[in-house]
Amino acid sequence: MINIFEVHETNQMITQENLDVRTITMGISLLDCIDSDLDRLNEKIYERITTRAKDLVKTGEDIEAEYGIPIVNKRISVTPIALVGGAACRTPEDFVSIAKTLDRAAKATGVNFLGGFSALVSKNMTAADELLIRSIPKALAETDFVCSSVNLGSTKTGINMDAVRLMGEIVRQAAEETKDNSCMGCAKLVVFCNAPDDNPFMAGAFHGVTEADAIINVGVSGPGVVKHALEQVRGESFEVLCETIKKTAFKVTRVGQLVAQEASKRLNVPFGIVDLSLAPTPAVGDSVAEILEEIGLESVGAPGTTAALALLNDQVKKGGVMASSYVGGLSGAFIPVSEDQGMIDAVNAGALTLEKLEAMTCVCSVGLDMIAIPGDTPASTISGIIADEMAIGMVNQKTTAARLIPVIGKTVGETVEFGGLLGRAPIIPVNTFGCEAFISRKGRIPAPIHSFKN
Amino acid sequence: MKKTIITVVGRDTIGIIAKVCTYLAEHRVNIEDISQTIIQGYFNMMMVADTSNADLSAADMSRELKALGETIGVVIRCQHEDIFNMMHRI
Repeated sequence: MINIFEVHETNQMITQENLDVRTITMGISLLDCIDSDLDRLNEKIYERITTRAKDLVKTGEDIEAEYGIPIVNKRISVTPIALVGGAACRTPEDFVSIAKTLDRAAKATGVNFLGGFSALVSKNMTAADELLIRSIPKALAETDFVCSSVNLGSTKTGINMDAVRLMGEIVRQAAEETKDNSCMGCAKLVVFCNAPDDNPFMAGAFHGVTEADAIINVGVSGPGVVKHALEQVRGESFEVLCETIKKTAFKVTRVGQLVAQEASKRLNVPFGIVDLSLAPTPAVGDSVAEILEEIGLESVGAPGTTAALALLNDQVKKGGVMASSYVGGLSGAFIPVSEDQGMIDAVNAGALTLEKLEAMTCVCSVGLDMIAIPGDTPASTISGIIADEMAIGMVNQKTTAARLIPVIGKTVGETVEFGGLLGRAPIIPVNTFGCEAFISRKGRIPAPIHSFKN
Repeated sequence: MKKTIITVVGRDTIGIIAKVCTYLAEHRVNIEDISQTIIQGYFNMMMVADTSNADLSAADMSRELKALGETIGVVIRCQHEDIFNMMHRI
């Protein structure tokens, strides 16, 4: 039988160290809603989502109460809308109407984000893919809860540079369209290389075409728990450090596995995966940067940061995989700048630069996340940053992403406030040398060779 | 049968156990074990309870016990035992 000290340890993690389940995300396939009539399509999509996810929020709240574990977000992901809307949409405005339907469905079900306003264009774009991408700025400006993602490359296909060039412009337009609201459009838009089909986290969640009609994916959290555990082993060897992270990750992930199984059973929807990510929030004591500092860095961004992060990420996975029968999604440590107080402080102190963040993305999930850049950054430069990030994912056979926010009317030294879990971001300097001629080239970067590994 | 773990944490005052036990009896919950200790200066009590005959759902009981705790100035948590089993037992 469980003893009082074990009960106390669990409850201390929950009450003092911000242990929570970050999200229960229900993936819903919309493939059989496809219709050549736009109104009919919108009706079917609304009906499908509101029926399938009717009890999602209530079930999440019940599990929360019964097990005493906060479940911060209940969310929905859907089939990439470029596939669903292709037969009905003739203009970007047609796709905007679908975004509005998704937003209404999200509000009706009570979830706080709905992902999947997406296109998968890792090799080339269809006409529908391009229409959807061109509709993104308006779709995000005119909805509250819809999130958008575009997969621009993969290890198997290379990088679609035409789409990378287009996304540089789209990111700028999304910022312009929402410039009176902290350029919020860009906080709901992410580009990927090697995007996973089962990611429960926003803004990049979508329900891949390899998935079932509906699925439950769960994302865990727990940076505060890891930090607290590491405070007890200061000055110890790497062996002790790694063991401590693994044991803590195991415990955190077990909670995610339990919640996923319960949600799956109660909603009568199959369990997909647990995503092992260490996801920070702007709350003090819920920071990945603070873990790296506890490992021994004066500030995140200092020399040693990439090695410390590589170690952390690997141990989280090693501890987590044994705790869950199916692990998937992004699974790693997130390093979003605006959502992590330690990262914000490091940028403000001049310790953490865009270039160091890029290096960090080589060894962790997921990429350049929630980074505010000057509002006058040219589209070609944004495309260049995206291309660099995609190349890291392509060559290293991992998922990488970029969620950049050019803050219109603001520059380095200023801060943009998003509020809530999205936090606030100091605007980070961007290298001002251009890459226009590189980005202007047409076509794609070929897939890398899979032999001669060096 | 799965058990429910009820924990009470706070400053020790008269009648805490009585009030919690009265509530549980009213809702037909059987207390199978009680242990208590002081952790970091706080009164910690843990009850193992059988809620199979309870007249309300586990989620509702958890919410009501939380509210009861607020009225007597302690934190009461009512949790399904599996969260602890999952975390501390392989």
